[in-house]
Amino acid sequence: MKKKLLALLLLTGLLSAALTGCGGGSEEQASGDGQTADGSAGARAQTNEIVVGIAQDLDESLDPHLAVAAGTKEVMFNVFEGLVKPTPDGDLIPAVADHYEISEDQTTYTFTLREGVTFHNGDPVEMQDVVYSIERCADDSEGTPLIPALSAISSINSDAATLTITLDQPDSEFLSYLTLAILPEDYPDQATAPVGTGPFRFVSRTAQDSIVLERFDDYWGTPAQLDKVTFRIIENADSLVMSLQSGAIDMFAHLTTTQASQLGDDFQILEGTMNLVQALYLNNTAEPFNNEKVRQALCCAVDKQQIIDLAFDGYGSPIGSSMYPAFQKYFVEDLTDYYSYDPERARELLAEAGYPDGFSMTITVPSNYQPHIDTATVLVEQLRAVGITAEIQLVDWGAWVSDVYTNRQFQSTVIGVDASNMTARALLERFTSTADDNFINYQNADYDALFQQAQATADDAEQTELYKQMERNLTEHAANVYIQDLADLVALRSGLDGYQFYPIYVMDLSTVHYTA
Amino acid sequence: MKRRAMNGYLLAGLVLSGFMAALILLGLVWTPYDPDALMTGAKLEGPTLAHLLGTDSFGRDIFSRVLRGAGTTFLIALSTVAVGAVCGTAAGAVTGYFGGVLDEALMRLCDALTAFPSILLALVLISILGPGNKYNVVIALGMVFIPSFARVTRTAFAALRDVNYVKSARLMGASSGRILVRQILPNTMQVLLPAMTIGFNNAVLAEASMSYLGIGVTPPDASLGYMLSEAQGMLASAPWYALGTGGAIVLLIFGVGLIGEGLQRRGGEVA
Repeated sequence: MKKKLLALLLLTGLLSAALTGCGGGSEEQASGDGQTADGSAGARAQTNEIVVGIAQDLDESLDPHLAVAAGTKEVMFNVFEGLVKPTPDGDLIPAVADHYEISEDQTTYTFTLREGVTFHNGDPVEMQDVVYSIERCADDSEGTPLIPALSAISSINSDAATLTITLDQPDSEFLSYLTLAILPEDYPDQATAPVGTGPFRFVSRTAQDSIVLERFDDYWGTPAQLDKVTFRIIENADSLVMSLQSGAIDMFAHLTTTQASQLGDDFQILEGTMNLVQALYLNNTAEPFNNEKVRQALCCAVDKQQIIDLAFDGYGSPIGSSMYPAFQKYFVEDLTDYYSYDPERARELLAEAGYPDGFSMTITVPSNYQPHIDTATVLVEQLRAVGITAEIQLVDWGAWVSDVYTNRQFQSTVIGVDASNMTARALLERFTSTADDNFINYQNADYDALFQQAQATADDAEQTELYKQMERNLTEHAANVYIQDLADLVALRSGLDGYQFYPIYVMDLSTVHYTA
Repeated sequence: MKRRAMNGYLLAGLVLSGFMAALILLGLVWTPYDPDALMTGAKLEGPTLAHLLGTDSFGRDIFSRVLRGAGTTFLIALSTVAVGAVCGTAAGAVTGYFGGVLDEALMRLCDALTAFPSILLALVLISILGPGNKYNVVIALGMVFIPSFARVTRTAFAALRDVNYVKSARLMGASSGRILVRQILPNTMQVLLPAMTIGFNNAVLAEASMSYLGIGVTPPDASLGYMLSEAQGMLASAPWYALGTGGAIVLLIFGVGLIGEGLQRRGGEVA
């Protein structure tokens, strides 16, 4: 009798464990079913506002210079601007600056301030604010500056309208760092009530719940089309689809294909890119991947399109080197098919390398990234077809960072590598022999030389060409088995339009508008 | 010892478990499809004659994976019970028979272990041993199961410590080891066997929960728990996936549960 009771208890336990998986969903729905303070989706269309779901709360401090999480930068992109700002095409256009000039030798940058730019608190943007913002990010009195690349600045000179920045040595990519937010000097509440110059101004924040932005009517450029945007935090992935369907939120970025397929006709699914280089990264000094032929064999054995079809429902862009298509300027399209799927050729290469019967290998995958686990699952099967026995080893994120990324104790791993800013250098410098973040131990003298040349040249076209040669070098020597740039699926309620994807991780809402 | 009667529970349990065991054995040597083979053109198909339980999101045949996965789950559960039962019985026998300080110390340790929810304890052990390895799952679960076996056998050994046939054996000069194994152990079977069947069921559920939480079996290996966690995300679009996998877990547990119930009732009739 007692044991029966025990069995019953355990069954109940299992059931409740299974139910907690979806329990959050119904709760969330009850508290945010579209009839709350936000009003229904229809009412929001009348008042020209939207609610955007985000997966996690922002950093505790909203100060843009101190922001750490990509999710914070993504949202606050709407509030802040730098001297220049990125465009969806990947160019940099003047923002707080009206125009700029770069000297022939690329060591002197001269900016002319735009007239009539005001902060959200009504104060005009003065030169001292600009200098303050740049010097704050370049300040190295407490160790590394907030933006390390700014340590190249040797002097900053300014008068009321022009700013001249002089560098120690030429850096053709320096401009991309001047997207740093321009903040008012002597404003103490940046962390809680941020003030910038962007198309939206910060209104309020409720921790763990929402962030409210409103259109900034005195914006210098094309004003935002929506009157108000509320970012609502929806941490439970299960309740997300319900929140969208019930009308609690109108938009969500970074959906999974399963979530996207559950949304009905009320939504349009926009497909952009995550701007990541997803690959089977190979430790180039570990057996047997220190043999180039083995690495090439793996490239031939992997069918990128099948991975995209099976694990990602066909969403995703195949790639062939450490560059993703959104970087149009640097992306080399023909590298994608450099190794076509050819298991026969893979077997031949393995035989040439001395592994006619294949070998065993381990793929280390961080257990919190389902897309990478799914990719590895397909990889295991594809490799099995050419006689390679691959085993997936799941590790938690902390262990991945320390074992794989920092200590380089791994054979292979599936991960997505992103670019920290809009430069090719951000993706390619890591594979130079001595780079701290060269976690695959790629050693190639030609590659290092190409990188040196690219840094030394002041000619943009020549530099672009050198970067492309670096990409080709990675592909030809099969540094990694490149797979894809993951798709970024954005759900947008029907009746809304104008969302634009950027080649970096931001969510620009200034162009979103109701069509009717 | 008089021959004990078969009862309905035992019979039904043996038939059902026999059926499941046959399926698992079949899965070891033959499955309709390669359980890991991916089929691009056959993603998430409903049950058909070709795919009895449909296909999953990678186009793998779910029936084949259930056969193979039930085997994995069964093996893990069996090894877990073996670890728990052997260690637990040993601890229970020693503490129950000898008593004293060792008894106090070991039983308080068991109390401390049982104070933690079992899944939580297993999670802690897994994170110490390192996740993603099914042998570690067996060790972690087995350790979690030790206290319950120790408790059950300790009670039985303590009760039988001073019965006449044990006293006689002692007088005849039998060693303590011989008394424990040859005299007392066979007579504890009627409490030990049901405990093992319940333990087995708990182990199946625990393996399923741990794989469900992503720390048990690593993909692409099939296990019922891991498959169930995959199926959960597609409950609306592919209900057959969760039903087929969950059904297999239910049948596996139900069969062994019936055997346990039958054994217990049979024991009751005798006592």
